[in-house]
Amino acid sequence: MKTALLHKTAKERILILDGAMGTMIQRYPLEEVDFRGEDFKNHGFPLKGNNDLLSITQPEIIKAIHREYLQAGADIIETNTFSGTWIAQADYHLEKEVYRLNFESAKIAKEVAEEITLLNPDKPRFVAGSLGPTNKTCSMSPDVNDPGYRATSFDELAGAYTEQINGLLDGGADLILIETVFDTLNAKAALFACLSVFEQREKEWPIIVSGTITDQSGRTLSGQTAEAFLISVSHVNLFAVGFNCALGAKDLRPHLQVLAKHAPFYISAYPNAGLPNEFGQYDETPEQMGSQIREFLELGLINILGGCCGTTPDHIRKMAEIAKNYKPRPLPNIS
Amino acid sequence: MTTSNTIKDLKLSGLEPLVIRSGMNFVNIGERTNVTGSKKFLDLIKAEQFEEALSVALDQVRGGAQILDVNMDEGMIDGEKVMVRFLNLIASEPEISRIPIMIDSSKWHIIEAGLKCVQGKCIVNSISLKEGEEPFLQQAKTLRKYGAAVVVMAFDEKGQADNFERRKEICQRSYDLLTQKVGFPCEDIIFDPNIFPVATGMEEHRNNALDFFLGTKWIKENLPGAKVSGGVSNVSFSFRGNNKVREAMHSVFLYHGIAAGMDMGIVNPSMLEVYDNIPKELLERVEDVILNRREDATERLLEFAESVKGAAKKREEDLSWRAQPVNERLKYALVKGVIEFIDIDVEEARLQYKKPLEVIEGPLMDAMNVVGDLFGSGKMFLPQVVKSARVMKKAVAFLLPFIELEKATGASSKAGKILLATVKGDVHDIGKNIVGVVLGCNNYEIIDMGVMVPCDQILDRAIAENVDIIGLSGLITPSLDEMVYVAKEMERRKMNIPLLIGGATTSKIHTAVKIAPQFNQPVVHVLDASRSVPVASSLISDEKRDLFVEGIEKEYEEMRERHKNKAVTKDYLPYSEALKNKWHLPWSGYHPKTPSFLGTKVFDHFPLEKLRKYIDWTPFFSTWELHGKYPNILEDKVVGVEATKLFADANAMLDKIINENWLRAKGTIGFFPAASIGDDIEIKNGQESLTLHHIRQQNKKGQNLPNYCLSDFIAPKELGINDYIGAFAVTTGLGIEKWIEQFEKDHDDYSSIMVKSLADRLAEAFAECLHEMVRVELWGFAPSEGFTNDELIKEKYQGIRPAPGYPACPDHTEKTTLFHLLGDEAQTSILLTESMAMYPTAAVSGWYFSHPESKYFGIGKIGRDQLENYAKRKNMPVEVAERWLSPNLNYDV
Repeated sequence: MKTALLHKTAKERILILDGAMGTMIQRYPLEEVDFRGEDFKNHGFPLKGNNDLLSITQPEIIKAIHREYLQAGADIIETNTFSGTWIAQADYHLEKEVYRLNFESAKIAKEVAEEITLLNPDKPRFVAGSLGPTNKTCSMSPDVNDPGYRATSFDELAGAYTEQINGLLDGGADLILIETVFDTLNAKAALFACLSVFEQREKEWPIIVSGTITDQSGRTLSGQTAEAFLISVSHVNLFAVGFNCALGAKDLRPHLQVLAKHAPFYISAYPNAGLPNEFGQYDETPEQMGSQIREFLELGLINILGGCCGTTPDHIRKMAEIAKNYKPRPLPNIS
Repeated sequence: MTTSNTIKDLKLSGLEPLVIRSGMNFVNIGERTNVTGSKKFLDLIKAEQFEEALSVALDQVRGGAQILDVNMDEGMIDGEKVMVRFLNLIASEPEISRIPIMIDSSKWHIIEAGLKCVQGKCIVNSISLKEGEEPFLQQAKTLRKYGAAVVVMAFDEKGQADNFERRKEICQRSYDLLTQKVGFPCEDIIFDPNIFPVATGMEEHRNNALDFFLGTKWIKENLPGAKVSGGVSNVSFSFRGNNKVREAMHSVFLYHGIAAGMDMGIVNPSMLEVYDNIPKELLERVEDVILNRREDATERLLEFAESVKGAAKKREEDLSWRAQPVNERLKYALVKGVIEFIDIDVEEARLQYKKPLEVIEGPLMDAMNVVGDLFGSGKMFLPQVVKSARVMKKAVAFLLPFIELEKATGASSKAGKILLATVKGDVHDIGKNIVGVVLGCNNYEIIDMGVMVPCDQILDRAIAENVDIIGLSGLITPSLDEMVYVAKEMERRKMNIPLLIGGATTSKIHTAVKIAPQFNQPVVHVLDASRSVPVASSLISDEKRDLFVEGIEKEYEEMRERHKNKAVTKDYLPYSEALKNKWHLPWSGYHPKTPSFLGTKVFDHFPLEKLRKYIDWTPFFSTWELHGKYPNILEDKVVGVEATKLFADANAMLDKIINENWLRAKGTIGFFPAASIGDDIEIKNGQESLTLHHIRQQNKKGQNLPNYCLSDFIAPKELGINDYIGAFAVTTGLGIEKWIEQFEKDHDDYSSIMVKSLADRLAEAFAECLHEMVRVELWGFAPSEGFTNDELIKEKYQGIRPAPGYPACPDHTEKTTLFHLLGDEAQTSILLTESMAMYPTAAVSGWYFSHPESKYFGIGKIGRDQLENYAKRKNMPVEVAERWLSPNLNYDV
């Protein structure tokens, strides 16, 4: 039902994805004790900075952020689960809480999405279960002396993602978003996990894969060009493919053009609010970003548009406002 | 359904795409990295000479291979293990991994292991109906999940297809199963209709090549989208040892195979003659054999073969760079990451230079600078840089014995000792590793602490090792804050070691504005690895240091000035608003418990035995860099054994500390009537009236979240409620110096650190124990609590004991009032240093709050309005207050 609705909506107009979660969380002066909340106040290790955990310990804050994005015009909100694998949560010794973390994150996102949809039933809202890249890479060695070494494996990643996906789907996610892909092999493990879970549940959910072009080289961190990246994930019938993070809207355009030229899927883009300045802050205003986004839209490259690091509800509001006036990129007639 | 003009292209990828369109040129698949086809490669793999094995792969790429076939099927080797190892190594060689891989094995488990190592879309070679439909379908389904094209062998339950009819039958059946039952994309199916040898002298082999061509043509005409491939060198099997003839046979076979529709083939691309260049006579005889044109074709070719033995065409990869002078060769090898000649070249260079070190400082460093520049400008990407670093390390390793030898003769010594670490919370260390390599190459002794290293560990180690310089690295933005913190900690600990800042998100401006001001020793931003050497040598050199530091300071000062004009704004409430949004406790009906005494009480020579059970061991293990929660850590798979040993040693020493009274525990507590006035707390100490000053959270909060201040937990003065506050200071470090001195004299760092870490734990235990006595008895606001130690550690009890200098009350100077109330050093035996540190270091102090709703929180950042108000209340110059609270200010001073 929800999947059909998503496809129908995507055909009609450009879908708006939400903006940064981290940037919004930073607005709340949360300290160790807040991150711990009631449930983890006795946890033996520091938890400050574990933003995903806030879905459990400060759900009202996360819901408030979701609400702000939905009110700003987002059609799709991302669950607060960017680091929701046991691999990433191991930094906080919270490996065992991963299922719950994803379940709760999806649940609260869904609650807010439904609450806002009720206000305006003509505009259905969707929840994308976010799968981050983890903090390990499957096709590069962290050890300069041993290039054959790997800090993680495909099986380990696929297992971790499987647990995460189950939590997200049980919690009510409408689609899966594999994002900020810096190592395509990690993403392939995530896709493998998705397909295995779908097989087991005998049902399929839409999947978006969003890569990250790291720098001027125009490649992913693991060295692939945009087209090689696209080919490497095209074995799955994706809902959309795109890029996010790392670059601002301006620098993202040529890579999106590559995708738009070759991909039989919808195209998504959610750039950062420019490049970080020397203080690690992103300072492109909604207006600045908006004018660059307009360029994507003029070129007819986009189906799903949103923001990554440094973007706020104001950025998303601006994007929604601009995107209204443009048609989505039609799916190329390949089959 | 699909028709021939809407067939999709076969798309493959390595780091770059390979799109195979119909009608496109033939695609070469490099075959030399195949243990079944190359004795040389097999020997290398058996001997685990992976570097050499990689150069075989590189030869194939440079020789023109567009896909690389990798096969490890040999009974004597662990095929799965070496497949994984080799594919992982290929992934680190961007010049090789640029092209797609063909994972070649007859064993499914090796194929699957290989698929888990390859980020691009590869080809699996092969699956077939040999074992029947079920495994065939299952394997095909699994391949769909990994994403790979597949070679299907013309092989079924009855055997290999060896004539045209069988080829048709098996390929059709395989194609139908794949496309209809699995939904395998037809463009991702590649048939291998079996290339068999010709000219074997056996009658039934005469048509082998022709049948392959017919089969190929049929597949291309009848199985839409499917491609055709094959192992070409099989055809010339009977001419082993005669490369001239074999090359001609391969070329002729391909010429006709491609004409029939063959899309790709496993060949040795450096062993192919161009069809047009084959001598006429040879061409004619080869074609007679391949196309079965004459009865005596085989004999005629054999005859010709005798006359042309040897003299094969070997297409060389471009080794022209080897002809250049040695410095140029070194540069080439480093920039290209070519490792095979490095030892020879470095040796040649060593003989040319006066000192081995000069080879490093000269050509090797020059080459690394080129690498740094190329990387910095996006012309090289990460895997290549890592490769270059590896060549560099190898070169240095080669030179090291010569450098050591010189040192033994007194000619040289280490230039200095440098500690490197990637800061807490960051896993990226490649840049740091490169800096380590480069500095190491320049004769610096490198202590590399790895990644995610907490500040304390860095600084403890820097002090323990007495390093000349500390270098911090980080790639993600939160690392910037951690670096600021490290600089602050260095200041707090009064360290006088220069600090270098490097890594992708760091910048000169951030270093100048945010980090350098935190630390009154040189803090220098290092743009890249190549800059690390001049910076380090300037900082360590007695002659250059002052001038260099002066220059840096001047430059940074100017940058700070310029920066001042650009103010950063964030979401903060005006202080007045924050004050209004205080935490309103319902005071009516609340009756604070009256303590059992007012004033102070001392607990001297407190029995250490009583403290033992209050020890929280988890931080003790963290101190020793063993991470995990006690007691589970003792059974931890990774650190369990070491943790258990450490725990036994700790308890043995603790027995001695307790039984032989090594340490004296002294605690002082006091209770005082108190009332809150705004953010201050007024305290009566006998006749004396004192004021505690607190700070309020000022960040804009979410809905219904108050802006906390500790004074919210004390009844407001205007309500006239009799409320109280407690104060405490405990130490268990009295008498420790003697033991530390004794251990250090014996060079026994282990015991020295052990006694210190145990004293720290005992102090915390003492604070916990006293707090319990306070709650249950001395103040008595929770007389019936009966918590286990675990529950105490988890702070399940009522009330809090925040310490000045920590998140809820970040101003360390409030300790002056605290210690004044407790009778200063005379009574507490604890000395406050200038920077408000307590000595002995094994000491804990703080306030007691009894309200059941009191809780720990952090202040975060505050605005100038609050700071000014605070300074005024405290009767402290604004600048002084700003200095103490600098980490908590939301503005630049």
